[in-house]
Parts: sequence; structure tokens; C-alpha cells
Amino acid sequence: MDFLTILNNSAAEILSPSTAAFALATIGLNVHFGYSGLLNFGQAAFMAVGAYAFAIFTMQVDPTATLGWPMWLSFVVAVLVAIVAAVAFALVLGIPTLRLRGDYLAIVTIAAAEIIRFTVRTSDYSAVTGGSQGLRGQDYKGDITGLNPLTGTTYGFGPWTGTAYDTWIRILAWTLVVVALILVWLLMRSPWGRVIKGIREDEDAVRSLGKNVYSYKMQALVLGGVLGGLAGIMYVLPRAVQPDNFATAMTFYIWTALLLGGAATVFGPLLGSILFWVLLAFTGGMLSGLQQIGAFGDMSGTQAGQLRFVLVGVALMLLVIFRPQGILGNKKELSFHV
Amino acid sequence: MKTSSRPRRRGLRRAIAVAFAALGMVAGGVSAATAADLPSTEATDQFIFQGIIRDGADPLEGVEVTVSGNGVEETAATDDTGAWSIGVAEPGTYTVSLDPATLPDGITLRSAEFESREFTTASTSQIGVLFPLDSAGGGGGGGTGGDSGTGGNTGTGGEGGEPAAPGGGTGEPGSAAAGTTTNDFWSTVLARTISGLGFGLLMALGAIGITLIYGTTGVSNFAHGELLTFGGVVFYATTTLINWPVWVAVIVTLVASAAFGWMHDWGIFKPLRRRNVGLVQVLIVTIGLSIALRYLFQFLIGGGILGLSVPRGDVITLGPVIMTTADIVSMSVAIVVLVAVGLFLTRTRIGKATRAVSDNSSLAASSGIDVDKVIRIVWVLGALLTGGSGILYTYFIGANIKWDVGFTVLLLLFASVTLGGLGSAFGALVGAVIVGLVTELSTLFIAADLRYAVALLVLILVLLFRPQGILGRKERVG
Repeated sequence: MDFLTILNNSAAEILSPSTAAFALATIGLNVHFGYSGLLNFGQAAFMAVGAYAFAIFTMQVDPTATLGWPMWLSFVVAVLVAIVAAVAFALVLGIPTLRLRGDYLAIVTIAAAEIIRFTVRTSDYSAVTGGSQGLRGQDYKGDITGLNPLTGTTYGFGPWTGTAYDTWIRILAWTLVVVALILVWLLMRSPWGRVIKGIREDEDAVRSLGKNVYSYKMQALVLGGVLGGLAGIMYVLPRAVQPDNFATAMTFYIWTALLLGGAATVFGPLLGSILFWVLLAFTGGMLSGLQQIGAFGDMSGTQAGQLRFVLVGVALMLLVIFRPQGILGNKKELSFHV
Repeated sequence: MKTSSRPRRRGLRRAIAVAFAALGMVAGGVSAATAADLPSTEATDQFIFQGIIRDGADPLEGVEVTVSGNGVEETAATDDTGAWSIGVAEPGTYTVSLDPATLPDGITLRSAEFESREFTTASTSQIGVLFPLDSAGGGGGGGTGGDSGTGGNTGTGGEGGEPAAPGGGTGEPGSAAAGTTTNDFWSTVLARTISGLGFGLLMALGAIGITLIYGTTGVSNFAHGELLTFGGVVFYATTTLINWPVWVAVIVTLVASAAFGWMHDWGIFKPLRRRNVGLVQVLIVTIGLSIALRYLFQFLIGGGILGLSVPRGDVITLGPVIMTTADIVSMSVAIVVLVAVGLFLTRTRIGKATRAVSDNSSLAASSGIDVDKVIRIVWVLGALLTGGSGILYTYFIGANIKWDVGFTVLLLLFASVTLGGLGSAFGALVGAVIVGLVTELSTLFIAADLRYAVALLVLILVLLFRPQGILGRKERVG
């Protein structure tokens, strides 16, 4: 067992672009659940909508090649298309459900997320969505690769070494995370944020003050959904688009990260995401290391790998029972009532 | 939340009427289907032969498989995951053969009889064909199921082998239970209706568990699918791994499921009630429980699809419809159990107490009902029913089990429950039958891998227009 490699791999997760994408999705969920009290169990679907809209637009329209647009314009327009798609998805979800009780929203969002996944992975539309195989990364990364200002071969040090492309995506993704954090921080201390938090605490009280609760909830759903859509783009830029990456498991991991860091706090989602991936990499490395030196008898390597997800589930249960406010949260500011 | 027993009764009667109407529709459909003889509107591939050719765990690429018969002869080579599939439009008997010359050096078929075999299309649209291999090192066979040939050449995994799952992702739709002898539209409708009814009935067993638990405790149990998987896994372990007789295995599975439900309440949910943990927190706890249990199952049985060594029974031709005795047995069992549950809820003291707690638990407690005891009973009963539906579901999808089958149908169970009205047991029955029918009948018009999406879309539409469900009482849910 090479303990140093395990530590190295775990430390690499701290700054990996996937962690940034995941943190972005968690910040979005924090706007939904932490601040507005909306039980969104379909955050992975917002990611899928963003990722597919971005990739499909880039591949099918391909303005750089067909219309001669500069690469930055094609990229920005593709991102805008993804944002519009995420907004549309939020409206479609919100219109029927935001008037209903909270647990109905939970069931509808998880159902809608599965509808999205079944739709993008069906063989009927595989000409556009790639079916269960998904889309190849090289087919939509042309613009962003061309925009890369970095020309060297590797950047960074220690566990955080990456190729020029990796580093470029890393910079983009983490910049977006910082922007999202500042946005959420500013919004939540604005009058808008106070209304949103008021809705979480007591919907009827806010309604009696003459606020349109439905409209405010919708705005929160759209905002968090757009962050989820952007997270989807950032998630697929370092890899390919795989429909099964956006399964309900992804949503549940985002929830675990949010509750770990602390819902209704600005930095909770960031801390939770980083801790979640570092701990997952660490326990994965430790378990496979222990398995290799024979600590588990004749258990296979894949089996040892399953154990860490058992641990994720148990951790989520214990967290929610014994420390629902997470690491940074304040127990008074919690939205565990529907 | 106030009610007398009257609306409930009416709900029961309405549920029974709907159930009979559904049965009548099937019975009427038999004569109608034999009379109608519409020309087939489409000639797509109705049956798909498929499999994965592997040497131990290594997929073999470029192995050629040929399907011939009924004027069709088509050859396909395995891809880099070792998977192949060949679709045929007409039902009938086909010869599936493997070209041994295309196998890599040192790997042979375990026996020459596997080189070419005949398969008859029947109850399933996907027919898994296994080619057991021997490598020179004498290593593993071609599939994970071993070669305990289970007779029947009808079902997926009928050879005790591994039915291939294309794509291999989560949420692979199971195959329909009933097939047709002819290819005309109305007999397909009839076959899909029957399998939809079967699917709905076995889902009803699980859905009633969800709805009883929701009704008495207010918990939306996201780990309910794992109760279904648990039943399937125990049944797989007792029949296939240690070869107990089926009836012993069924009893052991049911007892284990009931004990599992008891442990849920004793170990997790009763302590949570004592701590006064909020409902949303409990909901997230069930999600954590679901993740933990699911990966525990994967830890125990692996990530692939495992075939059960229990035969699906003889093939029965009923007019234009083909099904197996297992399909008929599982539908009958589901109906008997559902009637028994209905009688339990309406006729026995404990059943009445359950409905009282479900309607208003504080009122029930103040009239002398031991709410904790009722909830314990509900957990045991719910887990028992769901474990039983786990056994039946392994048959419905072709006598096999996968670590996340329960999670795949969980959302359909929720759809059933919401459709019928959260908290109403009879609503869950009606909802489940409707969801089952919608799921199976939708494959007439859209791709089979989208059928679960249709059921979930129905769920969303119901919430839009009738949030309280079909049989639910009007109450403010906003």
C-alpha cells in the first residue's frame, strides 16, 4: 500500500475541475434548499440539461465552422444556449409543482430528472444525443481548446499538476465558482434574499405581507437551476458527456456535500464539495490499498470499491440525524420543515 | 385530516370496480383480438437476440454470431465490450450459431452443442443467448450464471447464463412478460396489456407498502426499492446459490423480508420518531439508507445481472398471446395477496387500527390505539409485501436479478402511489395497475427504453391536474 500516492490522489481532488463543477451544482442546490427551502432532488438533471444543450449546440450548429464566428463568440453563445435550456427546464418543473407541498416537488424533480436521462440515452435520438454511449469530448471541445491562452506542456506543482488544457478548464471552473459564491453572498443579504429566507421560514407570513411567494420561489428555482446548468458544462469539459453520469446518484452526492458543508451558508457548499471528493478519493484509496495487502481476505478490488459508497450512505444518514446543520451551518437557520 | 369510514369504503368499492373493469377489458380483448386481423403497421425488429461473449471477465471482440431462420440470415460481430445483438421482425424459431473460427486462439466453446442452437421467440422481446467458453487455461465460463441449464429456451437467461444488458447503465427496462404468436397490432396490444397488468399487480404489492408507511408515519421512503431488491437477492441466494427447493426459498425470503422491515423500524425509524426528527430529515435519511443498502447489495452480488436457476415454467399459448406459467402464477399470487391485504385492512381490528392511524394518528392514539405497535406492524407488512413482489419481479424481468432493480422501479412505485393518492392503499393498487398498463402499452408507439419516462410523465401530469390523486380525498396540498 502506497500511502503517499493515496494522499496525493486525495489532495488532487481539492483543485480538480470536476470538484469545481460539483461545487457549482451544490451552490445551486443551496439556493434551492438552503435558502428557499425547495426540495429539489433533480439537480443532476439541470446539469444534464446544461451539458447536453452546450454540447449539442456546439456539435450541431457549430457556428465557428458554418458561420465563421470567432471562437469566443461561439463558446459564449453555446453557454447562453445552455443557460436558456436550464431556465426553460426550471420553468417546466416549477409551474406545476411550486404551488404544492414540498414533498411533491421532491418526487416531481426526481421523476423529471429520470425522464431527462431516459430521453437522452434512448436509442431513438442517438443521432443527436449519442444514446447510451453519450457524446465524445473532442466533438465539442474545439472552441474552448482553441481559446486556451496557455501554451506550455504542464502547469502547477505536486498533486496539482495538469496539462495546459486541464489548467485552462481549472481556471475557468474555479473562476465561475468564485463568481457564483459572490453572487449568492450579495443576493442573500439583499432584500430579495430576505424575502427568500422568509419564505423558507414561514411561507404564509411572507404571503400575508403581500409578496408573491410563487414568483419568488420560481426565481430561486431558476437561479439555482442555471448554476446547475453551468456546473453541467464545467463537468463535461474535462471529459465526455455520459448520460449515466447524470443519474440520481449524482443528485444524492450533491445533497450529501451540501449537508456536509452546511446548508444556508455561503461557503458550506464549497467546503462540502471539496471534503466529499477528497474523502471519497481517500477512502477509495485506503480500501483498495487494504484490499491489496489482504486485509479483507479474498474480497475483490471492485467489492472494496463498493464499500466506500456504503460509507457515503451511512455518512449521509448520520449527518442528517446528528448534525443537520453541517460543519458551517447554524442550527437556527435550517429549513427542515415542510 | 378528518374523515369517517364512508369515503374509504367508497374508495374500496371504486377500486374493486376499476380492477374488475381492467380484468374485463382483458377478457373482452381476447375475443376482440382473435376477430380483428389488422395488417401489421410496422415491420421493425420485434425480437432481439443478444449476448455478451466473454472469457472470464475479458470481453472478446470480433466474434461472429449468425441468426438464421424464417428467411432471415444475419451475422453480427461482437464489439469491444463483447456485446452483440441481432434483431428479427417475425416471431418463430431461429438458429443462433457462433463461428468458432472467429474465437481467439486457445479459447473454445465448452461443448460443441453450443455452437448452434435453436431458439423460439416467445415471451420476451429480448432473448439472451449464452455461449459458454473454455479458455486453454481452464478458466472461467462464458457467463456469470454458471451452466446449470434450466431447461426452457424461452426466457432471458433461460440457459442459466447472463442476459446481456445493452449499455449496462442503471434503469434498464425489463422485458415484457407476454409475447405474441402473430405480429398484428391488436394481438400485440393484448399481449402488452396482459404484461402491463402483471407488472402493475406486482408493483401494487410494493406500492401498498410505500403508501401504508407514508400514511401512518408521513415518511416518503426512498429506500423502499431496496426492500424489493432484498427479496430478490434472498430468493436468488436461497434458490441459485444453495439450491433449496423453491417453496422453502419463498418462505425463507418472506420471513427474511418481514424481519428486515422489523429491523428498519426497530433500528432506524422508531429511534428517529423518539428524537422527533423532522420529516424532511427522515426523507434524506431514507436516501442515505438507500445508497448504503444498494451498494451493500452490489458488494454482495456484484454489478452484473445474475440469472436465477428457477425455470420460468412451460410456455402457454392463449389465443394469440404467449406467456409462461410463471407469468400466470405471479399474477394470480399478486391478486390473492392483494385481496388478502384488502380484507386485512377492512375486516380485522389491526387493519382498522392501521387505517385509523393513517387518518389521524393523535386521534387514534387518544382512542387507545397503540400507534407504535401499528407502525411496527405496517413496516413488517410493507416489507413482507415488497419482498414478495421482489420475488415476482425477478420473474417478470426474466428470472434474473441485479443489484439496483429495486431502485429502477422505485420511481414507478412512487408514481403509482401518487397517481392513486398518497396514503390510500386502494389508490396504490389502482395507480400501480394504471402505471403498469401505461408502461407496457407505451412501447407500441415509442422506443422501449423510454417507457419508464412515459410513466413518470403521467405522474407529473397527474400532479398538475389532480394533486390528490385519483382516489385521494380533496385536501389542501398547496
